[in-house]
Amino acid sequence: MAAEIQNIILETKNLSIGYKSKKAKNTIASNINIQLKKGELIALVGANGIGKSTLLRTLTNVQPKLNGEININSKPLIEYGSVELAKVLSLVLTETVSSKNLSVFELIALGRQPYTNWVGNLSNNDISIVNKAISQTNIEDLKHKKCFELSDGQLQKVMIARALAQDTSLIILDEPTTHLDMYHKAYILKLLQKLAKETNKTILFSSHEIDLAIQLCDNLIVMSDKNCIQNTPDNLINQGAFNTLFPNDLIIFDQTTKSFRVKK
Amino acid sequence: MVTSKSYKFSFIILIIVLIILFFTNVSLGSISIPFNTVFNSLTGSADNYIILNYRLPKAITAILVGSGLGISGLLMQTLFRNPLAGPFVLGITSGASLGVALIIMGSSVLGGFFATLLISKWSLVISASLGSFLVLLTVLIVSSRVRDTMAILIIGLMFGSITAAVVSVLSYFSSAEELQQYIFWGFGSLGDLQWNELKIFALIYSVGLLFSIASIKALNTLLLGENYAKSLGLNIKQSRLIIIIATSLLAGTITAFAGPIAFIGLAIPHITRQVFNTSNHKILLPAVFLFGAIIMLICDGIAQLPNTDYTLPINAITSLIGAPVVVWLLVRKKKMVF
Repeated sequence: MAAEIQNIILETKNLSIGYKSKKAKNTIASNINIQLKKGELIALVGANGIGKSTLLRTLTNVQPKLNGEININSKPLIEYGSVELAKVLSLVLTETVSSKNLSVFELIALGRQPYTNWVGNLSNNDISIVNKAISQTNIEDLKHKKCFELSDGQLQKVMIARALAQDTSLIILDEPTTHLDMYHKAYILKLLQKLAKETNKTILFSSHEIDLAIQLCDNLIVMSDKNCIQNTPDNLINQGAFNTLFPNDLIIFDQTTKSFRVKK
Repeated sequence: MVTSKSYKFSFIILIIVLIILFFTNVSLGSISIPFNTVFNSLTGSADNYIILNYRLPKAITAILVGSGLGISGLLMQTLFRNPLAGPFVLGITSGASLGVALIIMGSSVLGGFFATLLISKWSLVISASLGSFLVLLTVLIVSSRVRDTMAILIIGLMFGSITAAVVSVLSYFSSAEELQQYIFWGFGSLGDLQWNELKIFALIYSVGLLFSIASIKALNTLLLGENYAKSLGLNIKQSRLIIIIATSLLAGTITAFAGPIAFIGLAIPHITRQVFNTSNHKILLPAVFLFGAIIMLICDGIAQLPNTDYTLPINAITSLIGAPVVVWLLVRKKKMVF
């Protein structure tokens, strides 16, 4: 049981998320209980507007929770200082970097900022961690390119390498496969699966690629307007969690092929 | 942040150019002074009144003005992620103009208190500092209530418009002599500083420079965008405040002592980026310092029209020289690096 607790990187208890203003409280989802364990790849799926981004923003301390608990490594999220949090949680966001004139190496090296001195000098240890992140994501050939020379797929790999260089036990990605073609969608998710296994990091990402997530993830968090459930892909299929995910007038979930089909 | 290419060679060349230009600047003027006399005076083995009390303070002022405006332009361009930002987007010049306009033209309009003040160099410096400080303070207070950095840019511009309008109203009611005096202040001047004024100028400048150096890491982190910077543990509000304070100390004192020098703050970072193709502020900051100082010394050399008794307004020269240089660099490289 003690080992079990140690393995839990992030845990929420009865979490409710939403927006609070002086006048009203707008709850988007409540009663969220999820557990993310070491070395797992977890996808967060759900229809547009259901609150995936709000959940990720709440888990990453960008916006405050409404109620309940969020613990990272058994410590409440709100008790983390900003640099301390940057050492346990790294992000890959949907926005692009503002200076595309950075070289790939420079950009990845910025992941070391929480560890470097006041002027940001890299130690030999920092440089070896950056190089390791580069080889783990197979982007050695891009190392000296500038960011504006990269394709969307390449840039996404670079951003994942930057998160790896931050050396955190938890990496959260917000829709890492948008703008990518079918091959690169599979490539990025396969890469995340490999990284979770090899580095024993916990990787949580939100995605609309439910078919791919079912094939590649250890766990899925399915958000619908009724509830938010977490389980293995097979258990979720057996529970029929995907049947009610979307309105059933256009697409249906086929349990035998484990994928969505357009209604004939 | 490690930059793959080493820029040692470029830095050595820039430093040599700066030293040569410094001596040339001191030797040129309404009367040319030979290089060896300049050298002897600067090393203390001879005493030349013109050099020690006029040319030397002016050359030092040029270096401080050029480097300070360049650095504050760089800080603003990175903070606002906008290549058009310069040291004066926060309303510093407009505040200084307002202060000076009040002291020069306000006496006839408002009378009373202002009329009792003598329009000396110090009263201009003090009113310019007070004006820019008050406008900046207002911008800071308003912007502490907004989360979006871009909003600060707009707020700064709006305050600029308000002060410009007040200056227009004042000009409308003032006499031709007062108007002329105000316009002469607007031309900018590097040559009016005495040693004791220069000491205060250099002191405040150094504090601003220290704040800028302290912001290097934050500036590099901000290259990723504010959300990424926050996820890397950067305290955005605090870093933003330090960057704004650095800019206001640098650009504020420069405007107070040398007048509103146009263009340099916007152009120098772009000129530097064309030569130093990096976004790393650890390289850019010293490079901008050197380029700013060099270009200001050149502009000043031209403005004083060597061997004549005329001095052109420095403000006109900076734009006349600077703008074509930026256009030429952009056309040649066919690419805007930012």
